Amino acid sequence: MHRLIRGPVPRPLFALLAALAAGSAFAEREHAVRLPLLPKYLQECAACHVAYPPGLLPAASWQRIMSNLSRHFGADASLDAASAKELSAWLAANAATSKRVQEAPPDDRITRSAWFVRKHDEVPARVWKLPAVKSAANCNACHQQAQQGIFNEHDVRIPR
Amino acid sequence: MNRSFFARSLSAALIAACLAPVARAAQPAQLLDGYSAQAGAPPMADRGQKLFTSRHGREWSCASCHGAPPTQTGKHASTGKSIGALAPAFNTERFTDAAKTEKWFRRNCNDVIGRECTAGEKADVLAWLLTLKP
Repeated sequence: MHRLIRGPVPRPLFALLAALAAGSAFAEREHAVRLPLLPKYLQECAACHVAYPPGLLPAASWQRIMSNLSRHFGADASLDAASAKELSAWLAANAATSKRVQEAPPDDRITRSAWFVRKHDEVPARVWKLPAVKSAANCNACHQQAQQGIFNEHDVRIPR
Repeated sequence: MNRSFFARSLSAALIAACLAPVARAAQPAQLLDGYSAQAGAPPMADRGQKLFTSRHGREWSCASCHGAPPTQTGKHASTGKSIGALAPAFNTERFTDAAKTEKWFRRNCNDVIGRECTAGEKADVLAWLLTLKP
């Protein structure tokens, strides 16, 4: 029951852009969000937050996150050993590989990655503080289809 | 008192309940019976309500994410993600899986109280949740 994650651009255009942007973080992320998500990942991780595409963090970040689940960004997200092992392997296999995304962001937070900050630099500070947004980690507050892995700029609706 | 022994025997009892031929999935009332038996005392819904709605010297109460009463969709206090209603009468999936129930009690009691909940506390909370009806 894999859910196919669609990228923001149509396939032919995507191919062209991907070719043009080969090796860039852009291509990396476009590839990353097209990955079918592991059912276990949806079940265990997406219970509390958006199913962040694994290609948005480097393997080292995922490894640190998975080895510290009992203190997971302020909450206990501890898992049974078998589930943790399955998820760790899948995250490692699908982590970012491009040079730019390979750099671990501060605190291993996707939202503190250089590309994330740059992509969101036009969002006013007050928007992040809206009750409906609460946190930059709450992708679907603005990205209407984030739960489906779609982060297309045209689907963005900033709450008021 | 050896908590891990209790946890193990409780898990074993709950797993056995799950594997019973009649009903593979547990029912909330069965889980409540299991926790009460483990606690060796009848549950008190009022005590469960207090535990659920109070903060315990930390940032969050159970209600911070699940709402009070938890009969509607809640919202994760940190990520903002919506959380399905917790009271079984409002969400039939709740408390039908012993392992899942144990996992969330473990995590959430740790976040709210700073330790795992006792079987008695779990029984109290579940007893209160079962009093909530449409």
